[in-house]
Amino acid sequence: MANYSTNEFKSGLKVMLDGEPCSILENEFVKPGKGQAFNRVRLRNLKTGRVWERTFKSGESLEGADVMDMTMEYLYNDGEFWFFMEPNTYEQHQADQAAVGDTGKWLKEQDPCEVTLYNGTPLSVSPPNFVELEIVETDPGLKGDTAQGGSKPATLSTGAVVRVPLFISQGEVIRVDTRSGEYVARASKS
Amino acid sequence: MTDWQPDADRAVLRERAALFATIREFFARRGVLEVDTPVLGRYGVTDPGIEPLMLAQPDDGAMAGPRFLQTSPEFAMKRLLAAGSGPIYQMGKVFRRGEVGVRHNPEFTLLEWYRPGFSLDALIEEVGDLVAACLGGVQWQQQSYRDLFLETLSIDPLSASDAELALLGRQLAENDEIELTRDGWLDLLMTHAIEPGLRERGAVAVVNYPASQAALARCEEVEGHWVARRFEFYIDGLELANGYDELLDSEELIARAARDNQQRESDGLEHRELDPRLVAAMNHRLPACSGVALGVDRLLMRRLTATSISGVMPFSWERA
Repeated sequence: MANYSTNEFKSGLKVMLDGEPCSILENEFVKPGKGQAFNRVRLRNLKTGRVWERTFKSGESLEGADVMDMTMEYLYNDGEFWFFMEPNTYEQHQADQAAVGDTGKWLKEQDPCEVTLYNGTPLSVSPPNFVELEIVETDPGLKGDTAQGGSKPATLSTGAVVRVPLFISQGEVIRVDTRSGEYVARASKS
Repeated sequence: MTDWQPDADRAVLRERAALFATIREFFARRGVLEVDTPVLGRYGVTDPGIEPLMLAQPDDGAMAGPRFLQTSPEFAMKRLLAAGSGPIYQMGKVFRRGEVGVRHNPEFTLLEWYRPGFSLDALIEEVGDLVAACLGGVQWQQQSYRDLFLETLSIDPLSASDAELALLGRQLAENDEIELTRDGWLDLLMTHAIEPGLRERGAVAVVNYPASQAALARCEEVEGHWVARRFEFYIDGLELANGYDELLDSEELIARAARDNQQRESDGLEHRELDPRLVAAMNHRLPACSGVALGVDRLLMRRLTATSISGVMPFSWERA
Protein backbone atom coordinates (compact mmCIF):
# COMPACT_ATOMS: atom_id res chain seq x y z
CA MET A 1 0.00 0.00 0.00
CA ALA A 2 1.00 3.59 -0.54
CA ASN A 3 2.25 5.78 2.28
CA TYR A 4 0.35 8.93 3.16
CA SER A 5 2.01 12.03 4.56
CA THR A 6 0.28 14.09 7.29
CA ASN A 7 -0.61 16.75 4.71
CA GLU A 8 -2.62 14.12 2.79
CA PHE A 9 -4.55 13.02 5.89
CA LYS A 10 -8.22 13.70 5.53
CA SER A 11 -11.42 12.36 6.97
CA GLY A 12 -12.13 8.85 5.70
CA LEU A 13 -8.53 7.96 4.74
CA LYS A 14 -7.66 4.43 5.91
CA VAL A 15 -4.20 4.01 7.42
CA MET A 16 -2.27 1.52 9.54
CA LEU A 17 -1.41 2.58 13.09
CA ASP A 18 0.24 0.25 15.61
CA GLY A 19 -0.52 -2.59 13.20
CA GLU A 20 -4.25 -1.89 13.21
CA PRO A 21 -6.38 -0.55 10.37
CA CYS A 22 -7.77 2.88 11.21
CA SER A 23 -9.98 5.47 9.58
CA ILE A 24 -9.00 9.12 9.98
CA LEU A 25 -11.77 11.22 11.53
CA GLU A 26 -10.06 14.59 11.91
CA ASN A 27 -6.67 16.14 11.15
CA GLU A 28 -5.73 19.43 12.80
CA PHE A 29 -2.59 21.34 11.78
CA VAL A 30 -0.98 23.14 14.71
CA LYS A 31 2.16 25.24 14.69
CA PRO A 32 3.56 27.82 17.05
CA GLY A 33 4.54 31.14 15.45
CA LYS A 34 8.05 29.85 14.94
CA GLY A 35 9.06 26.26 15.22
CA GLN A 36 7.87 22.72 14.84
CA ALA A 37 4.57 21.99 13.07
CA PHE A 38 2.36 19.13 14.23
CA ASN A 39 -0.73 17.29 13.09
CA ARG A 40 -3.15 16.29 15.82
CA VAL A 41 -5.08 13.41 14.38
CA ARG A 42 -8.20 11.56 15.56
CA LEU A 43 -8.58 8.07 14.17
CA ARG A 44 -11.05 5.25 14.63
CA ASN A 45 -9.60 1.80 15.05
CA LEU A 46 -11.68 -0.18 12.58
CA LYS A 47 -11.25 -3.43 14.51
CA THR A 48 -12.30 -2.22 17.94
CA GLY A 49 -14.24 0.94 17.06
CA ARG A 50 -12.16 2.85 19.63
CA VAL A 51 -11.16 6.41 18.83
CA TRP A 52 -7.48 7.28 19.15
CA GLU A 53 -5.90 10.70 19.28
CA ARG A 54 -2.34 11.01 18.21
CA THR A 55 0.08 13.79 17.37
CA PHE A 56 2.59 13.46 14.53
CA LYS A 57 5.36 15.72 13.35
CA SER A 58 4.11 17.35 10.18
CA GLY A 59 5.55 15.55 7.19
CA GLU A 60 5.62 12.10 8.84
CA SER A 61 3.72 9.39 7.05
CA LEU A 62 1.65 6.31 7.71
CA GLU A 63 1.14 3.25 5.56
CA GLY A 64 -2.26 3.05 3.88
CA ALA A 65 -4.56 0.25 5.04
CA ASP A 66 -6.03 -2.17 2.51
CA VAL A 67 -9.59 -1.46 3.56
CA MET A 68 -12.58 -1.45 1.22
CA ASP A 69 -16.31 -1.04 1.75
CA MET A 70 -18.54 -3.19 -0.46
CA THR A 71 -22.25 -3.91 -0.62
CA MET A 72 -22.84 -7.67 -0.37
CA GLU A 73 -25.81 -9.97 -0.04
CA TYR A 74 -26.16 -11.77 3.28
CA LEU A 75 -26.55 -15.51 2.63
CA TYR A 76 -26.75 -17.50 5.86
CA ASN A 77 -25.19 -18.25 9.22
CA ASP A 78 -23.79 -21.74 9.90
CA GLY A 79 -23.65 -21.30 13.66
CA GLU A 80 -20.08 -20.05 13.63
CA PHE A 81 -19.73 -17.79 10.59
CA TRP A 82 -21.93 -15.42 8.64
CA PHE A 83 -21.63 -15.74 4.86
CA PHE A 84 -21.86 -12.83 2.40
CA MET A 85 -21.71 -12.77 -1.39
CA GLU A 86 -20.39 -10.15 -3.80
CA PRO A 87 -23.29 -9.45 -6.18
CA ASN A 88 -21.13 -9.18 -9.31
CA THR A 89 -18.63 -12.00 -8.89
CA TYR A 90 -20.71 -14.28 -6.61
CA GLU A 91 -17.55 -14.58 -4.52
CA GLN A 92 -18.38 -15.54 -0.93
CA HIS A 93 -16.83 -14.16 2.24
CA GLN A 94 -17.18 -15.52 5.75
CA ALA A 95 -17.32 -13.13 8.68
CA ASP A 96 -16.72 -14.17 12.26
CA GLN A 97 -18.45 -13.00 15.44
CA ALA A 98 -15.88 -10.24 15.99
CA ALA A 99 -16.63 -8.73 12.57
CA VAL A 100 -20.41 -9.10 12.76
CA GLY A 101 -20.77 -8.10 16.40
CA ASP A 102 -24.15 -6.64 17.25
CA THR A 103 -25.14 -6.43 13.60
CA GLY A 104 -26.01 -10.15 13.59
CA LYS A 105 -29.41 -9.50 15.12
CA TRP A 106 -30.51 -7.49 12.07
CA LEU A 107 -29.26 -9.82 9.34
CA LYS A 108 -31.98 -11.34 7.17
CA GLU A 109 -31.11 -13.62 4.33
CA GLN A 110 -30.77 -11.86 0.94
CA ASP A 111 -30.62 -8.38 2.49
CA PRO A 112 -27.87 -6.10 1.11
CA CYS A 113 -25.24 -5.22 3.75
CA GLU A 114 -22.19 -2.98 3.82
CA VAL A 115 -19.17 -5.21 4.42
CA THR A 116 -15.79 -3.63 5.22
CA LEU A 117 -12.97 -5.81 3.94
CA TYR A 118 -9.48 -5.58 5.40
CA ASN A 119 -6.85 -7.45 3.36
CA GLY A 120 -9.80 -9.20 1.71
CA THR A 121 -11.39 -10.42 4.98
CA PRO A 122 -14.54 -8.96 6.54
CA LEU A 123 -13.60 -6.56 9.32
CA SER A 124 -17.06 -5.21 10.07
CA VAL A 125 -20.60 -5.46 8.75
CA SER A 126 -23.29 -2.77 8.71
CA PRO A 127 -26.92 -3.76 8.20
CA PRO A 128 -29.25 -1.81 5.90
CA ASN A 129 -30.70 1.26 7.69
CA PHE A 130 -34.14 -0.34 7.59
CA VAL A 131 -34.97 -4.04 7.77
CA GLU A 132 -38.31 -5.86 7.64
CA LEU A 133 -38.57 -8.74 10.06
CA GLU A 134 -41.30 -11.06 11.33
CA ILE A 135 -42.41 -11.04 14.96
CA VAL A 136 -42.04 -14.55 16.34
CA GLU A 137 -43.13 -13.74 19.85
CA THR A 138 -45.05 -10.97 21.63
CA ASP A 139 -47.86 -10.73 24.18
CA PRO A 140 -51.35 -10.26 22.74
CA GLY A 141 -52.28 -6.58 22.73
CA LEU A 142 -54.84 -5.31 25.27
CA LYS A 143 -57.96 -3.64 23.96
CA GLY A 144 -58.29 0.10 24.36
CA ASP A 145 -54.61 0.74 25.04
CA THR A 146 -53.76 2.01 21.56
CA ALA A 147 -54.71 5.59 22.39
CA GLN A 148 -52.13 5.73 25.17
CA GLY A 149 -49.42 4.84 22.72
CA GLY A 150 -48.10 2.15 25.05
CA SER A 151 -45.56 -0.40 23.88
CA LYS A 152 -44.44 -3.96 24.57
CA PRO A 153 -41.39 -6.06 23.72
CA ALA A 154 -41.45 -8.23 20.61
CA THR A 155 -38.91 -10.87 19.58
CA LEU A 156 -38.09 -10.91 15.87
CA SER A 157 -37.13 -13.83 13.64
CA THR A 158 -33.44 -12.90 13.94
CA GLY A 159 -33.54 -12.86 17.74
CA ALA A 160 -33.58 -9.08 18.07
CA VAL A 161 -35.99 -7.63 20.64
CA VAL A 162 -37.67 -4.30 19.86
CA ARG A 163 -40.49 -2.36 21.47
CA VAL A 164 -43.66 -2.29 19.35
CA PRO A 165 -47.08 -0.67 19.78
CA LEU A 166 -49.64 -2.74 21.67
CA PHE A 167 -51.80 -3.34 18.57
CA ILE A 168 -49.05 -5.28 16.79
CA SER A 169 -49.41 -9.05 17.01
CA GLN A 170 -47.30 -12.14 16.62
CA GLY A 171 -46.72 -13.19 12.99
CA GLU A 172 -46.77 -9.66 11.63
CA VAL A 173 -43.82 -8.23 9.66
CA ILE A 174 -42.54 -4.88 10.89
CA ARG A 175 -40.05 -2.29 9.64
CA VAL A 176 -37.22 -1.42 12.05
CA ASP A 177 -34.58 1.32 11.95
CA THR A 178 -31.34 -0.55 12.69
CA ARG A 179 -29.47 2.62 13.68
CA SER A 180 -31.77 3.29 16.63
CA GLY A 181 -33.17 -0.21 17.04
CA GLU A 182 -36.69 1.25 16.95
CA TYR A 183 -39.94 0.11 15.39
CA VAL A 184 -40.96 2.27 12.42
CA ALA A 185 -44.16 0.80 10.95
CA ARG A 186 -45.96 -2.32 9.91
CA ALA A 187 -44.41 -3.60 6.69
CA SER A 188 -46.70 -3.84 3.73
CA LYS A 189 -47.32 -7.49 2.90
CA SER A 190 -45.34 -8.51 -0.12
CA MET B 1 -19.03 23.36 -10.30
CA THR B 2 -19.59 25.58 -7.25
CA ASP B 3 -16.04 26.22 -6.10
CA TRP B 4 -15.72 29.25 -8.38
CA GLN B 5 -17.58 31.04 -5.60
CA PRO B 6 -15.69 33.00 -2.96
CA ASP B 7 -15.20 31.72 0.60
CA ALA B 8 -16.07 35.13 2.03
CA ASP B 9 -19.48 36.71 1.49
CA ARG B 10 -20.00 40.43 0.83
CA ALA B 11 -20.34 41.31 4.52
CA VAL B 12 -16.96 39.70 5.20
CA LEU B 13 -15.36 41.50 2.25
CA ARG B 14 -16.59 44.82 3.65
CA GLU B 15 -15.23 43.96 7.11
CA ARG B 16 -11.93 42.99 5.54
CA ALA B 17 -11.67 46.30 3.70
CA ALA B 18 -12.67 48.20 6.86
CA LEU B 19 -9.95 46.41 8.83
CA PHE B 20 -7.31 47.34 6.23
CA ALA B 21 -8.49 50.96 6.40
CA THR B 22 -8.34 50.98 10.23
CA ILE B 23 -4.80 49.62 10.18
CA ARG B 24 -3.59 52.18 7.63
CA GLU B 25 -5.23 55.00 9.55
CA PHE B 26 -3.64 53.79 12.79
CA PHE B 27 -0.14 54.00 11.32
CA ALA B 28 -0.76 57.22 9.40
CA ARG B 29 -1.74 58.91 12.68
CA ARG B 30 1.41 57.66 14.35
CA GLY B 31 3.69 58.78 11.54
CA VAL B 32 4.74 55.28 10.48
CA LEU B 33 5.51 55.07 6.77
CA GLU B 34 3.88 52.43 4.58
CA VAL B 35 6.37 50.54 2.40
CA ASP B 36 6.09 47.67 -0.08
CA THR B 37 9.12 45.47 -0.55
CA PRO B 38 9.47 42.64 -3.12
CA VAL B 39 7.36 39.53 -2.72
CA LEU B 40 9.82 37.51 -4.80
CA GLY B 41 13.29 37.63 -3.29
CA ARG B 42 16.62 36.07 -4.10
CA TYR B 43 16.99 34.55 -0.61
CA GLY B 44 14.77 32.61 1.74
CA VAL B 45 15.00 32.38 5.52
CA THR B 46 17.31 29.92 7.25
CA ASP B 47 14.71 29.12 9.96
CA PRO B 48 14.22 25.33 10.01
CA GLY B 49 10.54 25.78 10.94
CA ILE B 50 9.62 27.88 7.91
CA GLU B 51 9.63 26.64 4.33
CA PRO B 52 9.22 29.02 1.41
CA LEU B 53 7.55 28.42 -1.93
CA MET B 54 10.07 28.77 -4.72
CA LEU B 55 10.10 29.72 -8.36
CA ALA B 56 12.80 27.70 -10.06
CA GLN B 57 13.17 29.82 -13.21
CA PRO B 58 11.51 33.21 -12.92
CA ASP B 59 13.70 34.76 -15.61
CA ASP B 60 15.84 33.42 -18.44
CA GLY B 61 18.13 36.42 -18.61
CA ALA B 62 21.03 37.60 -16.51
CA MET B 63 18.88 37.40 -13.36
CA ALA B 64 18.27 33.67 -13.80
CA GLY B 65 18.19 31.46 -10.72
CA PRO B 66 15.58 30.52 -8.18
CA ARG B 67 13.54 33.11 -6.35
CA PHE B 68 11.70 32.73 -3.10
CA LEU B 69 8.21 33.94 -2.34
CA GLN B 70 8.84 35.83 0.88
CA THR B 71 7.76 34.22 4.14
CA SER B 72 7.93 37.66 5.76
CA PRO B 73 9.22 41.05 4.54
CA GLU B 74 11.64 41.19 7.48
CA PHE B 75 14.97 41.21 5.61
CA ALA B 76 13.99 43.85 3.07
CA MET B 77 12.44 46.04 5.76
CA LYS B 78 15.60 45.83 7.87
CA ARG B 79 17.59 46.98 4.84
CA LEU B 80 15.28 50.01 4.61
CA LEU B 81 15.79 50.69 8.32
CA ALA B 82 19.57 50.48 7.92
CA ALA B 83 19.30 52.99 5.08
CA GLY B 84 17.55 55.42 7.44
CA SER B 85 13.86 54.91 6.64
CA GLY B 86 12.67 55.60 10.17
CA PRO B 87 9.53 53.79 11.43
CA ILE B 88 7.91 51.69 8.68
CA TYR B 89 5.08 49.24 8.22
CA GLN B 90 4.02 46.90 5.46
CA MET B 91 0.80 45.01 4.91
CA GLY B 92 1.06 42.40 2.20
CA LYS B 93 0.93 38.80 1.12
CA VAL B 94 3.46 36.28 2.38
CA PHE B 95 3.74 32.57 1.66
CA ARG B 96 4.61 29.55 3.78
CA ARG B 97 4.76 26.13 2.29
CA GLY B 98 2.71 23.33 3.81
CA GLU B 99 0.86 25.44 6.37
CA VAL B 100 -2.78 24.55 5.85
CA GLY B 101 -5.34 24.26 8.62
CA VAL B 102 -8.20 26.07 10.34
CA ARG B 103 -5.77 28.81 11.44
CA HIS B 104 -3.27 28.55 8.57
CA ASN B 105 -3.34 29.29 4.86
CA PRO B 106 -0.13 29.04 2.79
CA GLU B 107 -0.77 32.53 1.37
CA PHE B 108 -1.84 35.08 3.96
CA THR B 109 -1.79 38.78 4.75
CA LEU B 110 0.92 39.84 7.16
CA LEU B 111 1.24 43.22 8.82
CA GLU B 112 4.82 43.87 9.84
CA TRP B 113 6.19 47.00 11.42
CA TYR B 114 9.44 48.33 12.89
CA ARG B 115 9.93 51.01 15.48
CA PRO B 116 13.45 52.47 15.85
CA GLY B 117 14.09 53.43 19.46
CA PHE B 118 11.14 51.39 20.85
CA SER B 119 11.74 48.94 23.68
CA LEU B 120 10.00 45.58 23.47
CA ASP B 121 7.52 46.73 26.14
CA ALA B 122 6.71 49.88 24.16
CA LEU B 123 6.05 47.78 21.07
CA ILE B 124 3.81 45.35 23.00
CA GLU B 125 1.87 48.41 24.16
CA GLU B 126 1.47 49.51 20.54
CA VAL B 127 0.30 46.03 19.48
CA GLY B 128 -2.30 46.26 22.25
CA ASP B 129 -3.38 49.68 20.95
CA LEU B 130 -3.67 48.43 17.37
CA VAL B 131 -5.64 45.35 18.42
CA ALA B 132 -7.93 47.59 20.50
CA ALA B 133 -8.43 49.89 17.50
CA CYS B 134 -9.41 46.89 15.38
CA LEU B 135 -11.44 44.85 17.86
CA GLY B 136 -12.67 47.39 20.37
CA GLY B 137 -11.42 47.67 23.97
CA VAL B 138 -8.91 44.93 24.67
CA GLN B 139 -7.26 44.50 28.06
CA TRP B 140 -4.04 42.59 27.76
CA GLN B 141 -1.60 41.23 30.28
CA GLN B 142 2.02 40.22 30.02
CA GLN B 143 3.39 36.90 31.23
CA SER B 144 6.75 35.25 30.80
CA TYR B 145 7.09 32.02 28.84
CA ARG B 146 8.69 30.45 31.90
CA ASP B 147 5.90 31.45 34.32
CA LEU B 148 3.29 30.19 31.88
CA PHE B 149 4.91 26.75 31.74
CA LEU B 150 5.37 26.66 35.52
CA GLU B 151 1.75 27.67 36.09
CA THR B 152 0.19 25.35 33.48
CA LEU B 153 2.47 22.32 33.53
CA SER B 154 4.61 22.73 36.67
CA ILE B 155 7.70 22.39 34.54
CA ASP B 156 10.52 24.91 34.07
CA PRO B 157 11.09 25.22 30.31
CA LEU B 158 14.51 26.78 30.84
CA SER B 159 15.98 24.25 33.25
CA ALA B 160 14.04 20.98 32.78
CA SER B 161 16.07 18.18 31.20
CA ASP B 162 15.34 17.05 27.63
CA ALA B 163 14.16 13.73 29.07
CA GLU B 164 11.60 15.43 31.32
CA LEU B 165 10.26 17.47 28.41
CA ALA B 166 10.13 14.36 26.21
CA LEU B 167 8.24 12.35 28.83
CA LEU B 168 5.56 15.02 29.15
CA GLY B 169 5.53 15.64 25.39
CA ARG B 170 4.97 11.98 24.53
CA GLN B 171 2.06 11.86 26.97
CA LEU B 172 0.44 14.91 25.41
CA ALA B 173 1.05 13.60 21.89
CA GLU B 174 -0.27 10.15 22.89
CA ASN B 175 2.58 8.91 20.76
CA ASP B 176 5.51 6.99 22.30
CA GLU B 177 7.49 7.00 19.08
CA ILE B 178 7.64 10.72 18.36
CA GLU B 179 11.22 12.07 18.33
CA LEU B 180 11.89 15.78 18.65
CA THR B 181 14.62 18.23 19.48
CA ARG B 182 14.49 20.14 22.77
CA ASP B 183 12.80 23.06 21.01
CA GLY B 184 10.43 20.61 19.32
CA TRP B 185 9.33 19.31 22.73
CA LEU B 186 8.83 22.87 23.96
CA ASP B 187 6.74 23.60 20.85
CA LEU B 188 4.71 20.48 21.49
CA LEU B 189 3.98 21.54 25.09
CA MET B 190 3.19 25.05 23.83
CA THR B 191 0.67 23.92 21.19
CA HIS B 192 -0.88 21.06 23.16
CA ALA B 193 -1.11 22.44 26.69
CA ILE B 194 -0.13 26.11 26.97
CA GLU B 195 -2.12 27.54 24.04
CA PRO B 196 -5.31 25.65 25.00
CA GLY B 197 -4.83 27.08 28.52
CA LEU B 198 -4.77 30.60 27.04
CA ARG B 199 -8.23 30.17 25.46
CA GLU B 200 -9.98 31.55 28.52
CA ARG B 201 -7.44 34.27 29.23
CA GLY B 202 -8.24 37.04 26.76
CA ALA B 203 -5.24 38.94 25.41
CA VAL B 204 -1.84 37.80 26.69
CA ALA B 205 1.61 38.86 25.55
CA VAL B 206 3.96 35.95 26.26
CA VAL B 207 7.51 37.29 26.67
CA ASN B 208 11.08 36.11 27.12
CA TYR B 209 11.40 32.91 25.10
CA PRO B 210 14.16 30.32 25.52
CA ALA B 211 17.34 31.65 23.91
CA SER B 212 17.31 28.66 21.52
CA GLN B 213 14.09 30.10 20.06
CA ALA B 214 15.44 33.62 19.64
CA ALA B 215 15.13 33.63 15.80
CA LEU B 216 16.19 37.25 15.14
CA ALA B 217 15.58 38.62 18.63
CA ARG B 218 18.28 39.87 20.95
CA CYS B 219 19.08 37.75 24.00
CA GLU B 220 19.75 39.02 27.50
CA GLU B 221 19.76 37.86 31.09
CA VAL B 222 16.41 38.29 32.83
CA GLU B 223 16.05 37.15 36.46
CA GLY B 224 19.10 34.95 36.17
CA HIS B 225 18.09 33.28 32.90
CA TRP B 226 19.46 33.93 29.44
CA VAL B 227 16.34 34.50 27.33
CA ALA B 228 15.29 35.87 23.96
CA ARG B 229 13.63 39.29 24.13
CA ARG B 230 10.72 38.15 22.04
CA PHE B 231 6.93 38.08 22.49
CA GLU B 232 3.91 36.38 21.05
CA PHE B 233 0.60 38.19 21.34
CA TYR B 234 -2.32 35.83 21.92
CA ILE B 235 -6.04 36.43 22.05
CA ASP B 236 -7.97 33.57 23.65
CA GLY B 237 -5.24 31.14 22.64
CA LEU B 238 -5.06 32.35 19.03
CA GLU B 239 -1.54 33.52 18.20
CA LEU B 240 -1.83 36.90 16.50
CA ALA B 241 1.63 38.46 16.46
CA ASN B 242 5.28 37.69 16.99
CA GLY B 243 7.67 40.49 17.95
CA TYR B 244 11.36 40.99 18.69
CA ASP B 245 13.72 43.38 20.30
CA GLU B 246 15.74 43.11 17.10
CA LEU B 247 19.13 41.49 16.91
CA LEU B 248 21.67 44.09 15.70
CA ASP B 249 24.87 42.04 15.77
CA SER B 250 25.71 40.59 12.35
CA GLU B 251 28.23 38.08 13.73
CA GLU B 252 25.55 36.63 15.97
CA LEU B 253 23.20 36.56 12.96
CA ILE B 254 25.75 34.54 10.98
CA ALA B 255 26.25 32.14 13.91
CA ARG B 256 22.50 31.60 14.26
CA ALA B 257 22.08 31.01 10.53
CA ALA B 258 24.83 28.37 10.72
CA ARG B 259 22.99 26.65 13.60
CA ASP B 260 19.74 26.84 11.60
CA ASN B 261 21.44 25.12 8.70
CA GLN B 262 22.87 22.40 10.94
CA GLN B 263 19.34 21.74 12.16
CA ARG B 264 18.01 21.86 8.59
CA GLU B 265 20.57 19.27 7.58
CA SER B 266 19.64 16.91 10.42
CA ASP B 267 15.95 17.38 9.51
CA GLY B 268 16.75 16.46 5.90
CA LEU B 269 15.91 19.97 4.67
CA GLU B 270 17.70 21.94 1.98
CA HIS B 271 20.53 24.27 2.96
CA ARG B 272 19.55 27.96 2.83
CA GLU B 273 22.12 30.63 2.29
CA LEU B 274 21.82 33.62 4.61
CA ASP B 275 20.94 36.78 2.68
CA PRO B 276 24.34 38.60 2.43
CA ARG B 277 22.55 41.92 1.87
CA LEU B 278 20.93 41.63 5.30
CA VAL B 279 24.37 40.99 6.81
CA ALA B 280 25.77 43.99 4.95
CA ALA B 281 22.88 46.20 6.09
CA MET B 282 23.43 45.12 9.71
CA ASN B 283 27.15 45.78 9.33
CA HIS B 284 26.35 49.25 8.02
CA ARG B 285 24.11 50.03 11.02
CA LEU B 286 20.70 48.70 11.82
CA PRO B 287 19.24 51.16 14.35
CA ALA B 288 18.19 49.75 17.72
CA CYS B 289 14.56 48.86 17.13
CA SER B 290 11.70 46.54 17.92
CA GLY B 291 9.62 44.88 15.23
CA VAL B 292 6.55 42.70 15.01
CA ALA B 293 4.58 40.68 12.47
CA LEU B 294 0.83 40.26 12.89
CA GLY B 295 -1.53 37.92 11.03
CA VAL B 296 -4.22 40.16 9.57
CA ASP B 297 -6.51 37.29 8.57
CA ARG B 298 -6.45 36.02 12.15
CA LEU B 299 -7.23 39.50 13.43
CA LEU B 300 -10.25 39.47 11.12
CA MET B 301 -11.20 36.01 12.42
CA ARG B 302 -11.35 37.53 15.90
CA ARG B 303 -13.29 40.55 14.71
CA LEU B 304 -15.90 38.29 13.08
CA THR B 305 -15.59 35.43 15.61
CA ALA B 306 -14.91 33.14 12.65
CA THR B 307 -13.67 29.65 13.48
CA SER B 308 -11.75 29.07 10.25
CA ILE B 309 -9.29 31.28 8.40
CA SER B 310 -10.76 30.26 5.05
CA GLY B 311 -14.02 31.98 5.97
CA VAL B 312 -12.39 35.42 6.16
CA MET B 313 -10.52 35.21 2.83
CA PRO B 314 -11.97 35.96 -0.60
CA PHE B 315 -10.48 32.67 -1.80
CA SER B 316 -8.66 30.27 0.50
CA TRP B 317 -5.92 27.88 -0.65
CA GLU B 318 -8.50 25.29 -1.74
CA ARG B 319 -10.19 27.71 -4.13
CA ALA B 320 -7.24 29.89 -5.11
